[in-house]
Amino acid sequence: MTEIDSVSKIIVKTTINQENMELLISPHQSLLEMLREVAGLTGTKEGCNDGNCGACTVNLDGRIVDSCLVLGAETEGKSIETIEGIAKDGGNLHPLQQAFLEEAALQCGICTPGFLVSAKALLEKEPNPDEQRIRLWLAGNLCRCTGYDKIIRAVQKVAEDNN
Amino acid sequence: MHPFKYIAPENIDQVLNLLSEYGERARLLAGGTDILVQTRTGRFDLDALIDLKHIAETTKLILGLESLVLGAAVPCYQIYENPEIVANYPGITDAASLIGGIQIQSRASLGGNLCNSTPSADGICPLIVHNSTANIVGPNGPKSIPVAAFCTGPGKNILAKGEFLVSINIPTPKSGFGSAYERFIPRNEMDIAVAGVASSIQLSDDGNTIEAARIALAAVGPTPIVAETSNQFLIGKQPSEESFYEAAELAASAASPIDDMRGDIEFRQKLVNVLTRRTLNTALKRARSN
Repeated sequence: MTEIDSVSKIIVKTTINQENMELLISPHQSLLEMLREVAGLTGTKEGCNDGNCGACTVNLDGRIVDSCLVLGAETEGKSIETIEGIAKDGGNLHPLQQAFLEEAALQCGICTPGFLVSAKALLEKEPNPDEQRIRLWLAGNLCRCTGYDKIIRAVQKVAEDNN
Repeated sequence: MHPFKYIAPENIDQVLNLLSEYGERARLLAGGTDILVQTRTGRFDLDALIDLKHIAETTKLILGLESLVLGAAVPCYQIYENPEIVANYPGITDAASLIGGIQIQSRASLGGNLCNSTPSADGICPLIVHNSTANIVGPNGPKSIPVAAFCTGPGKNILAKGEFLVSINIPTPKSGFGSAYERFIPRNEMDIAVAGVASSIQLSDDGNTIEAARIALAAVGPTPIVAETSNQFLIGKQPSEESFYEAAELAASAASPIDDMRGDIEFRQKLVNVLTRRTLNTALKRARSN
């Protein structure tokens, strides 16, 4: 469906995964829509679109946010990291991505990018969180398939390797 | 969703001008965790969202001698990551740490929580028991009113046309002060309170008597409720199981909850009773170590 837009579009200058970008967006578009529909970065997923599920989690200036609850326009001059920016060095997976594979911490995969972005932020802040801390930190990310244990184990594995 | 403009004013006067220009067709944006959902679900048809995060007064957090001044758009994490606030404003820290998940706490502000004025708000009752005041500006200049008098009904408050909340003043506690907030939810995290209670206690200098106590109840009435009979009862009492039990009974009768999917009236009154005792005990422990 094409939406007739009575409000002029704006240009947002922002850094996404360390790349400077200028994006032409509608002022009412969410950061999630900006990433997926304008920047073409579809790794960030839409789940509930109202801040409950965390599938759309991205890192905004060092803090995890639900990108559905941020306007694209608010990210002017800010730095965003999405799931696409997590694996570096020519395709080597991030240790968390590797651990998610090894621990089978995903089934349908829709929640996975959000969990990875959230977990990465935790381990950067606190390299050795205990299980309770991991569960609390990830409370804003919902998974309807795994029952969480495998996800928690994958994060614990990376945390233990940090020791 | 009605397409709206995004405007980021840099001072209070610009906000006032925008509010007078757009009237009901504009709303203010702090963390956005409520307003963006509300615009998306059609609660408001807006021509503009006005971002408060580029204004000094709404984004500052100042720990002064007299009070903590909390800008209306200061996100929750800035509260619980500040050791001085954690030490002196424990009830407020409790609330900031349990609103939503980490993602929400990166954005959501207590000012926004107050202005959204839902009866179940976790942030308002702790502000009330800390004797906070809301600093408001409007076409007729600035004014300050107690947070306890801010909400007037579900989603309604005393803000008149063209007015907005700039910041919240939270008096610096004296020694012998403690506070706590707890809520009941069926899950461990990420839910709306079935009932919530904030309590604060000011002990006398010798620590044996309650000089003042404040109890405020969430999600058990159309607005946050100040349990005034409990507050009066506790003055001059010794902190004890018996006095807390009596205060909790009084708090439960001050509650006027509704029956809904989250809980029925009797259950909510019971919750108020239990949570009042728990938060009084935590507040007492904190008052004694402060």
